[in-house]
Amino acid sequence: MEAKDNAKKKLKLKVSAIKEGTVIDHIPANSLFKVISILGLDKIQNQITFGTNLDSEKLGAKAIIKVSDVFFEDVEINKIALIAPHAKLNIIKDYEVVEKKIVETPDKITGIVKCFNPKCITNNEKITTCFKVIGKAPIALKCKYCEKITTEEQIRMI
Amino acid sequence: MAMKKDLLSITDFSKEEYLRILELAAEFEENPNQELLKGKVVASLFFEPSTRTRLSFETAINRLGGRIIGFADPDSSSATKGETLHDTIKMVSNYADLIVMRHPLEGAARYAAEVSKIPVINAGDGANQHPTQTLLDMYSIMKTQGTLDNINLFMVGDLKYGRTVHSLLQAMSEFENPIFNFIAPPNLKMPQGYLHHLQEKGIRYFEHEEFTDIISAADIIYMTRVQKERFVDPIEYEKVKDVYILNNEMLKNTKPNMRILHPLPRVNEISTDVDANEKAYYFEQARNGVFTREAIISHVMNLK
Ligand SMILES: [Zn+2]
Repeated sequence: MEAKDNAKKKLKLKVSAIKEGTVIDHIPANSLFKVISILGLDKIQNQITFGTNLDSEKLGAKAIIKVSDVFFEDVEINKIALIAPHAKLNIIKDYEVVEKKIVETPDKITGIVKCFNPKCITNNEKITTCFKVIGKAPIALKCKYCEKITTEEQIRMI
Repeated sequence: MAMKKDLLSITDFSKEEYLRILELAAEFEENPNQELLKGKVVASLFFEPSTRTRLSFETAINRLGGRIIGFADPDSSSATKGETLHDTIKMVSNYADLIVMRHPLEGAARYAAEVSKIPVINAGDGANQHPTQTLLDMYSIMKTQGTLDNINLFMVGDLKYGRTVHSLLQAMSEFENPIFNFIAPPNLKMPQGYLHHLQEKGIRYFEHEEFTDIISAADIIYMTRVQKERFVDPIEYEKVKDVYILNNEMLKNTKPNMRILHPLPRVNEISTDVDANEKAYYFEQARNGVFTREAIISHVMNLK
């Protein structure tokens, strides 16, 4: 009983190693740097720690990011749904997990993704892309401009 | 200010708007010369040449009494000097009252409409949309059949890449009880997405690889060209090329009301011996384009 409690505590400590901020877990290891870039974590001054190639039953190899003093808006965090659909967020205040969140694929995606169609105007002039999400599993994005559908395998980040 | 109206994609309009435009087109056919655009300037911007579409539009604008500025091909536009579409449209929308544009890139018209303060009519954006063609096709069906309901529509040829058949399918699926018969070689079949659209709406459709034996059921035969360039293997093309050619002999047992449509230009997919048959409607169809475009211009600019 005591050993189990200790193990639990240890685990919790590991996750709560930041005082205030957000822990993003269950990121596919190969999407870590894309997630960092989409959330703009490469451009902020806050303390960030990350681990990658950690064991995960579900993902094979996962990554985890801990950002101090940053709390994301839902619209912001949902941007990573395309590349880390199973990501889970722990909101940390005073070393405690005060809230858990999962990402949700939004109905509309602005920017972030390139249209797969080389003849699309968005690939030929400086235009912010815009897609209607017409499928969530697997993901299918319909371009507002050329009306072609970009499938999950065809998704490329800007 | 009220929101401006554009025509960018056939699906932008409702069934009621389709019918309103067809009604206006009939009025313009009765009386083509109406000075509704008097004192107005229309920019006709052809970033890609298309003599047929341009002449049809410019005839419509002239019959409405409007004046035209613009260019007929990209060499005479500022795009060749590296000006962005954004900047060309910004400039033109300060000069004119309406933009009619053709562009080789897909989605160009929708982007232009976002940049422009004045209405934009898409006269073709690459392989994407050509909504005024679809409306003139619908007007031709309405005129020859008296209705857009209960039409047995045969689409023949390149159904994979043909934007005209895709848009016509979308528009006609808004009407009562259509039946679609798709006749195409295996590599040029109607894409799954469109078939799925019909399934969702509970619309009947049938796929065939040839049509000589089934032609008697058709109300409308919509012919398109099977292009050699679409085949990886030239032997495959040789095998199918004659299957999708319509000749006068084949029309023997067709319905009296049946009419043949083609977006033109035709190459050899309709034998010239069909031209004299009263069921050949493709040249009339092109003529209908002028009235339909007068109607579309009047509709987007609230002239009627
Ligand atoms: Zn696109």
